[in-house]
Amino acid sequence: MTTPVVQARGIVKRYGHVTAIDHSDFELRPGEVLAVIGDNGAGKSSIVKAICGATIPDEGEILIEGKPVKFNSPIEARDMGIEIVYQNLALSPALSIADNMFTGREIRKEGWMGKILRMLDKPAMEKFAREKLTELGLMTVQSIKQPVETLSGGQRQGVAVARAAAFATKFIIMDEPTAALGVKESRKVLELIQDVRARGIPIILISHNMPHVFEVADRIHIHRLGKRLCTIDPKDYTMSDAVAFMTGAKEPPAQDAA
Amino acid sequence: MSEPMTPAQKGQDFEQTLDKSDAKVAAFEVKHHTLLDRIQHLLHNNPTLVPVIVLVISLVAFGIIAGGKFFSAFNLSLILQQVSIIGILAAAQSLIILTAGIDLSVAAIMVLMSVVMGNLAVFAGVPSGIAILAGLAGGVGAGLMNGWFITRVKLPPFITTLGTWSIFYALLLWLSGAQSIRGQDIDTEAPFLKFFGATFNIGGARITLSAVLMIAIFVVLWYMLNKTAWGRHVYAIGDDKEAADLSGIRTDRTLLSVYGLSGFVCALAGWASIGRVGSISPQSFYEGNLDSITAVVIGGISLFGGRGSILGALFGALIVGVFRSGLRMSGVDVLWQVFAIGWLIIIAVAIDQWIRRVSA
Ligand SMILES: Nc1ncnc2c1ncn2[C@@H]1O[C@H](COP(=O)(O)OP(=O)(O)OP(=O)(O)O)[C@@H](O)[C@H]1O
Ligand SMILES: [Mg+2]
Repeated sequence: MTTPVVQARGIVKRYGHVTAIDHSDFELRPGEVLAVIGDNGAGKSSIVKAICGATIPDEGEILIEGKPVKFNSPIEARDMGIEIVYQNLALSPALSIADNMFTGREIRKEGWMGKILRMLDKPAMEKFAREKLTELGLMTVQSIKQPVETLSGGQRQGVAVARAAAFATKFIIMDEPTAALGVKESRKVLELIQDVRARGIPIILISHNMPHVFEVADRIHIHRLGKRLCTIDPKDYTMSDAVAFMTGAKEPPAQDAA
Repeated sequence: MSEPMTPAQKGQDFEQTLDKSDAKVAAFEVKHHTLLDRIQHLLHNNPTLVPVIVLVISLVAFGIIAGGKFFSAFNLSLILQQVSIIGILAAAQSLIILTAGIDLSVAAIMVLMSVVMGNLAVFAGVPSGIAILAGLAGGVGAGLMNGWFITRVKLPPFITTLGTWSIFYALLLWLSGAQSIRGQDIDTEAPFLKFFGATFNIGGARITLSAVLMIAIFVVLWYMLNKTAWGRHVYAIGDDKEAADLSGIRTDRTLLSVYGLSGFVCALAGWASIGRVGSISPQSFYEGNLDSITAVVIGGISLFGGRGSILGALFGALIVGVFRSGLRMSGVDVLWQVFAIGWLIIIAVAIDQWIRRVSA
C-alpha cells in the first residue's frame, strides 16, 4: 500500500472538560477525495484543524507523507502546501478580495521598489485573483478591489475556496465549502474539487450534503462522538446507511470497510 | 483516480438545467435608493472624506466668523505648528488603534524620551546626536515593552498602557527630578535638540520643521500601511485577529512591530517637542494621550480597529487646531473650546457607527 498523505493516530483535543477529539484516527490517501461526515458537534472541524496546525492536539501523532509533524501554527502547514477553507472562512472583512487571497504570501514589485520599498505588486495580485474567481464562475463580484464585507455569504465562501485551490500543492481541507452556496455555485465547487483531484491533489471534504458527498467522494470517513467510527466506500452503501451509521441508528461495519 | 462522470449522472435532476443557465457576466445591480444611501456608501469606501469635509467647512466657517486674519498665511501656519506634536502622537496612536488596541502611554513615552535626550546631552555631556539616538532607541524599547505585555502576557492594551503610562510618568519625574531643563541651557549645551523648532518662511507663512516632520511621518506611515504587506497585516489584525492568524499572518510579531514603531514615533515627537516648546518640561503634554486619541477619532479611524486611514488622524489633529484657533480668535472662552471638541468626538464616533452599518 502507498504511504497515506495524512496519517493521524490517537488524536485527543480537550477544551476544559469538553473532549472535542477523543482518540481519533484519520487517514487521507494519495489522489482521493475523502468526505468527512458526522453530526453537529461530532468533532469534524476539530480534527481537520488539528491536522493543519490551527489547533494543537493534546495527544496523538500526525504523519504527513510518512513523516511525523508537529505544527505550531497554520503557517507551518501552509508552507508544506496544505490549504484549508475554514468553516468560518477566516477572511478579513475590511480588506479587498485580492488582499485576502494573498494574506501572508503577498507579491512584491520587482526591482528596488519591491526590495527596498517593499511595495506590493497590486496589479499582479488583482489579476491573479480575478483569474481564480473566474475559474470558479464567481464573476458576479463588482470589483476585485472591493472589501470582502461587501460580498454575499456565498461570494465570500467562493473567495475562500478559490484561495485554497490556488495555492495548495499537497492537499486541501474544505470545511463545509458549499454550505452557503447556491445550486450553480455549489456545482462549480464540486467541479473544482474534481479538477483539483485530477491535478493529483487529494481533498478532505466536510459536508452535511449527502448527495454531494456521494457524488464526489472516493471514501467516506464517518465521525461520531469525537472519533472516527468507520470509513466506507460510497459505492457499497446508500446514503441512508451512511446517515444511520453517523447517527448511531445502525452498527457500523468493521473498521476498515474502505 | 476516478473517471470523469458522464453528463447523465452529473448531480441532481434539478441541476440539469444549469447548462442552459445565463453564462454572461452578471452586471452589478446598482440599487442605491436614496441620496443618503449613496453618501453612506461613498463614506464607507472613503473613510477620510468626513474629516476632510469637516476641516474645509470649519475653515470656511471660522474664516467668516473670525474674519480675514484667521485665513492669513501666518495664522494657518501657526495652527500647523501648534498641532505638530499632538499630530505626531496621533500618528503613533493611529497605528495602535488600527490594530484594535489603544495606547494611553504615548505622551508619557514622548516626554520621558525628551527628558532622556535632555539629561544625556545637557547634563551628561553626551554628544547631541548620540543622546537623540538613545532617546529614539528608548522609545522603541518602551513601545516593545507595551507590545510584549500585550502579545506575550496577553494583557488587554488598555490595561497594559494604563499601567505603563504611570510607570513611564514616574520614571520621567525621577529622571528629571521634576525640574524643567531650561531653554538657555539647551541652547548653550546641545542646540541640536532644538532642531525641529527651526522655521523657514514661504510667502507670509512661517513653517516650523516640526510641522514638516509631522507631515513626513504621516506620508511614510500611509505608504507602509497601504502599499506594503506589513500594512495589510496591520489592518487584517485590527479587523479580526483570529482570522488573520488562521490566514497565515504572524499576528504577534506584527503587533510587536506596531508597538515598537509607535514607540519610535513617540520618541521622535519627544525630540520635536524640545524645539517646539523650547525647553524640556516633565509636566508638559500631560493630556497628550487623550489629545492624540481625540485626533484619531475625529479623523474617522474606528476604535474597533481595522478601519480608517492614517491620514484621517492628520486631518483630525488639524480640525482640533482649527477649532481652537478659530474659537479663540472669535473671542470664545477656553471652556467653550473644550466643550466644542467634546461634541466633535461624539459626532465623529456617531458617524463612524453609521458608516459601518452600510449593508452588503
Ligand atoms: N474553541 C473551542 N472551545 C471549546 N469547545 C470547543 C471549541 N471548538 C470546538 N469545541 C467543542 O468541540 C466539539 C466539536 O466541535 P466541532 O466544531 O469540531 O464540531 P463539528 O463536527 O465541526 O460540528 P459542525 O457540523 O456543527 O460544524 C463541540 O462540542 C464543541 O463545543
Ligand atoms: Mg464544523
